[in-house]
Amino acid sequence: MNSSNLPSQDTVNLAKAIRKRALRMVHRAKSSHIGSCLSAADILAVLYGKVLRVDPTRPDWPERDRFILSKGHAASALYAVLAERGFFPVDLLDTYCEDGSRLVGHVTSGVPGVEVSTGSLGHGLPVACGMALAAKRRKLPWRVFALLSDGELDEGSNWEAILFAPHHKLDNLTAIVDYNKIQSFGSVKEVLDLDPLPEKWRAFRWAVREIDGHDLRQIEEVLTRLPLEAGKPSVVIAHTVKGKGVSFMEGQLAWHYKSPTDEQLAQALAELESKR
Amino acid sequence: MRTAFIEALTELAAHDDRIWLLCGDLGYSVLERFAQRFPDRFVNAGVAEQNMTGLAAGLALSGNIVFTYSIANFPTLRCLEQIRNDICYHRANVKVVAVGGGFAYGAQGYTHHGLEDLSILRSLPEMTVIAPGDPVEARLAVPAVVERQGPCYVRLGKAGEPVVHAGPVPFEIGRAIQVRGGSDATLISTGGMLKRAVDAHEALGTRGIRARVLSMHTLKPLDGQAVLRAARETRAIVTLEEHNCQGGLGSGVADVLAQACAGVPFAKVAVPDRFWHVAGSQAYFQAMAGDPVELVIRLLEAKQNP
Repeated sequence: MNSSNLPSQDTVNLAKAIRKRALRMVHRAKSSHIGSCLSAADILAVLYGKVLRVDPTRPDWPERDRFILSKGHAASALYAVLAERGFFPVDLLDTYCEDGSRLVGHVTSGVPGVEVSTGSLGHGLPVACGMALAAKRRKLPWRVFALLSDGELDEGSNWEAILFAPHHKLDNLTAIVDYNKIQSFGSVKEVLDLDPLPEKWRAFRWAVREIDGHDLRQIEEVLTRLPLEAGKPSVVIAHTVKGKGVSFMEGQLAWHYKSPTDEQLAQALAELESKR
Repeated sequence: MRTAFIEALTELAAHDDRIWLLCGDLGYSVLERFAQRFPDRFVNAGVAEQNMTGLAAGLALSGNIVFTYSIANFPTLRCLEQIRNDICYHRANVKVVAVGGGFAYGAQGYTHHGLEDLSILRSLPEMTVIAPGDPVEARLAVPAVVERQGPCYVRLGKAGEPVVHAGPVPFEIGRAIQVRGGSDATLISTGGMLKRAVDAHEALGTRGIRARVLSMHTLKPLDGQAVLRAARETRAIVTLEEHNCQGGLGSGVADVLAQACAGVPFAKVAVPDRFWHVAGSQAYFQAMAGDPVELVIRLLEAKQNP
């Protein structure tokens, strides 16, 4: 019933599969945001391989953990992991962004396993707070996870939610920041510097951990020992690399927008294949 | 109206533990009765309406019926995208309640005037839009929106609005209430303008003009049948709303009339599309919206002497 016990090698394979499928989807649809998908792939692999109590055969199981991909532009990575875990047939991924497809370029509910529609930034964490509050006040067992981008922390709505969650002691809520240091129009440092990010969350009374967001063991270690502190919401600041896993995409702003050519896709897939 | 609202909501919440109430740090001397009775289902989200609205969506998607409450534009325009994406797009069972619709906070200035809400919220798919005409309708609107699955917006006045309905009235979402009969002209009112419509009915009566009065408490879905019946059975239609002249009740009624080629003389009492940088009472500003008596007389005369 729950997906929390994949062997470690399977998580490695899952992360690789997410990257390959997302690359193929973005290439086929000539769509964008592949860099953001690649930076989140390892986090998604651990969440769906080791952490989330969800049941692909019953996506609406009332007591399931809730996961919100607040950075809804990384949709192809989420659809990929859901298909890999059996929420829907992998064939459906071929329809990504096609006319009439349920697989929309920004995360859209109605797809089995997708909790809420996102895409406009700064919406995920407030909704996650509502789901966590519902569970807390009713003493229900589910936990809530929201994966945020660094750029979206510019949105004031997040800081309203960041103020709210500790006040209501939502220790069933975990935010994960995919801190790849690049936002839409430049580096986070140049556009609107978040530094010092852990201190900001700490000052708002969250329990904070910083990890390497591409080290599967570190991700698993932190996400399987939640909450970080009893009585506090947890935030995991995952230091990541935009475009991670494909040499010519890593750290490149352009891959927020560009779609790989046939040759670039072949090279990217070959690079991923050659890794363990 | 706000007292009628909170009394009705508190009564319902006693029998339905899915009902929650969220406020944006407003509601002093109004919301306490709910908060004290159901502390586990009350949240003061602070002066943070975007988060309040996202919270409401999250609570509703977890199986609850969630009311958000604040003044005028704060629970609506301030967090419009949360209403659009988090609530409406998910058909979440959230009921947004604004007090102080129109010029209820007249002297407090434009920031506190609710003048564009009906138009804007009416354009959101899945959204039901309700502006009760008096405290009786406000009370009846509460069980109606609880019953209705999906997003609703309820625009209330403030306090001390006159009771227009003398006895019990049938309140059904999407069905106008005929408040006065008449076959010469029709006054269609939404929200707190109902009293002005009834007063206009009396004034026209003294001149021998029998004006029907409809309380169009639901802006969406609009009761097109009642509008077309008025077009067939009376010789002029005037709408009344405490709202910008663009996109509200008058525009909705005009859509119905134009699409049916009804050809009936029509005018709006509505707020001109401009700002006032002055203080004023609700009555002072309402007068800017136009005089329904004058408009009815003018339309009927124009019809006689085209």
